[in-house]
Amino acid sequence: MSPDTPLAPDAAALPAADESPGTPPAATVTIEDAGAPSVLDDESPRTPQSPAEIFRVFTRLALQGFGGVLPIVQHELVERERWLTREQFLELLAVSQVLPGPNVVNLSLMFGDRAFGWRGGLAALGGMLLAPLGVVLALTVAYAHCAQQPVVAGVLRGMGAVAAGLIMGTGIKLLPALRKNVLGPVLAFTFAALMFACIALLRIPLAWMLGGLGAVACTLAWRRLAP
Amino acid sequence: MTPAVVAAPAGSDWGGVFAQFLLLSLLSIGGAISTVPEMHRYLVDQHHWLSNDQFSAMVAIAQAAPGPNLLFVAVLGWGIGGAVGMLVTMIGILLPSTTLTLAAARWGETRRHTRGVQAFVTGLAPLTVGLVLSSGFLLGKPAYGNPWLLATMAATVALCVRWKISPLWLIAAGGLVGGLVT
Repeated sequence: MSPDTPLAPDAAALPAADESPGTPPAATVTIEDAGAPSVLDDESPRTPQSPAEIFRVFTRLALQGFGGVLPIVQHELVERERWLTREQFLELLAVSQVLPGPNVVNLSLMFGDRAFGWRGGLAALGGMLLAPLGVVLALTVAYAHCAQQPVVAGVLRGMGAVAAGLIMGTGIKLLPALRKNVLGPVLAFTFAALMFACIALLRIPLAWMLGGLGAVACTLAWRRLAP
Repeated sequence: MTPAVVAAPAGSDWGGVFAQFLLLSLLSIGGAISTVPEMHRYLVDQHHWLSNDQFSAMVAIAQAAPGPNLLFVAVLGWGIGGAVGMLVTMIGILLPSTTLTLAAARWGETRRHTRGVQAFVTGLAPLTVGLVLSSGFLLGKPAYGNPWLLATMAATVALCVRWKISPLWLIAAGGLVGGLVT
């Protein structure tokens, strides 16, 4: 795991708004007749041939994803396999950020589903999760065998401190994105600080916070978005 | 790391764990990282199935391995109850969100340009940032009593905010520091 996941704050800033709302994102199979020029229009996108191929490609890209799978997904699907144009990729990403669940997992699922229905979705999901799961469990079991050794425990504590720092750093890097939030910088930073105080310091359950503070924030945003 | 567990959930508790992770799946807006504080509250503070040290070590193991960051959930599940624990937590965290994603994707993505969806996304953005910072703060708990670890964490924050360094190098460096001085 890593602080790779693009988080919701970026969603509103994605250049998705310039696409006409009425056009559903073209499925990979219909891009040729969509007629719209794309960044890669000189190289027409290809389509995956079978769920098995999707499984293979997603396994390959998941195993490369040290400290962040999303950049690899973009590279493999858009640049290497050319299964998606850059626009289609952003489109999928924006949708996967709105929905609950890990973004990369949502994105894989939607990609596979568009190509081959639920079999494709399952193939993408399985490719993304199964092989890395094997690796991570092997590491866990190996750790369990030598956890009593002071050096091993020390190494893990050091790695844990870095893991915490990486996530903290990701949060800090996201802060400037709040300045562009429709709520305005003061309100947006206040909400972020309140959330930190209630969750990290007071340990209030997340459901209460989303139901309370979340509802207030979304209502305010709704009002400010008035046409 | 099953042997190190303080007290594993009893058979009757697995339903509760499953329900908790089903709920977390629906609350995980903004990615898997945003569920760390809630998992910490549930597994460490409320049920004492894991210690602070164990929780942070498990997340660190998942972070050192390739793959989506969601896999820390599998390691936590394995930690509280082996293969059964892993299945319960992973199915719990995946089932609601994947079902919802498939349904919503087919229902029509065009709606994300509507005012309601925009208000939802931008309204939750500040809360998501607060959640990510909370995750970092809580995972850092084992480091706060040790000046070396605290310095390692602070240096990581400074380095990754200012430069693009592969997390893998930073984690390796952290392991080195941890092995030498703690």
